[in-house]
Amino acid sequence: MIKARFLVPLLVFVLLLGLLGLGLKLNPREVPSPLIGKPAPQFELPLLEATPAAAPAAGKATKAAKAVSAQTRTFSNKDMLGKVWLVNVWASWCVACRDEHPLLVEFAKTASVPILGLNYKDEREDGLRWLAKFGNPYTFSVYDKDGRLGIDYGVYGVPETFVVDKQGIIRYKQIGVLTPEILQKKIIPLLKELGANA
Amino acid sequence: MHKFIIALIALGTLLLSGAGTATDAAPLAADPALEKRVMALSEELRCLVCQNQTIAESNAGLAVDLKTQIREQLSAGKSDRDILDYMVARYGDFVLYRPPVKASTVLLWFGPFVLLAAALGFLVMHIRRRRVLLEAPAELTEAEHARAQRLLRDDNTTTDVPEQHR
Repeated sequence: MIKARFLVPLLVFVLLLGLLGLGLKLNPREVPSPLIGKPAPQFELPLLEATPAAAPAAGKATKAAKAVSAQTRTFSNKDMLGKVWLVNVWASWCVACRDEHPLLVEFAKTASVPILGLNYKDEREDGLRWLAKFGNPYTFSVYDKDGRLGIDYGVYGVPETFVVDKQGIIRYKQIGVLTPEILQKKIIPLLKELGANA
Repeated sequence: MHKFIIALIALGTLLLSGAGTATDAAPLAADPALEKRVMALSEELRCLVCQNQTIAESNAGLAVDLKTQIREQLSAGKSDRDILDYMVARYGDFVLYRPPVKASTVLLWFGPFVLLAAALGFLVMHIRRRRVLLEAPAELTEAEHARAQRLLRDDNTTTDVPEQHR
């Protein structure tokens, strides 16, 4: 007859095995963002397409300047208010971005929301060439050469994708490559919930 | 002569390797006291690209950028607290190598001590029980006494075991 107390090590082992198994399924690279539910960072950056000479000096945030910001080739967080946005952080040097890119291009064809590309720590020519080669799903791409806006968005691994609502609040963050499943099950329902179609 | 040449080559390689890394190094503040504060703060912060390194240790692009941020903010007169808050606001508590004690980190901070206390409690209990057993007078019941007598008398062949083939 086996005494119950001899089963204790086995039970402890099984428990440990269960916990370790659970640990294997967790992804330590997915650090929950503290920015969810917080206002998206403020910025005013040149568009990727803008030539450096055409980009106006930063800090001119008068009403007139805002009104013509599309012409003056800069884009700011204030231009995003009133619409739900998908913000996608990408770079031409980012291999994983290439994986998710066809999905974004496909999504952009039917998307009910504008997509802001955040071109992160890239060379302007490389970024433009990349878009010409693989397609441009972005309504606008802003050019974040030194990665400062990336830091403000808490970006630590490109690609990352955010959903920003009409009030400019970050509602969702996807770290790493977008998949059709994530898009269908998480992002599109969220966009609908936020009233993207309205 | 040989030694001299070897020394020259060694010196040359040293200089060359120095020149090689100089291009990769992050821009340093001119003020060594400020640079010291930058390094001290960098050692408090986790690099999210290479998670088991501090941003002081890491040369990942993001770590270099964050060190630049720290340098700029310190030069602008921000306090250490301000900068840590700035990092936490963007990357969460995970960025801190010494996470704050709060509801979500209670298990992290005190879990090991709870386990230790439980293990010690178990050990003490176990030792006490053993001592009670050892100290108890080894009294035999009437039946046990009889059986012991029988065993001794029969010279290791027991009567209560069925007959076996030898």
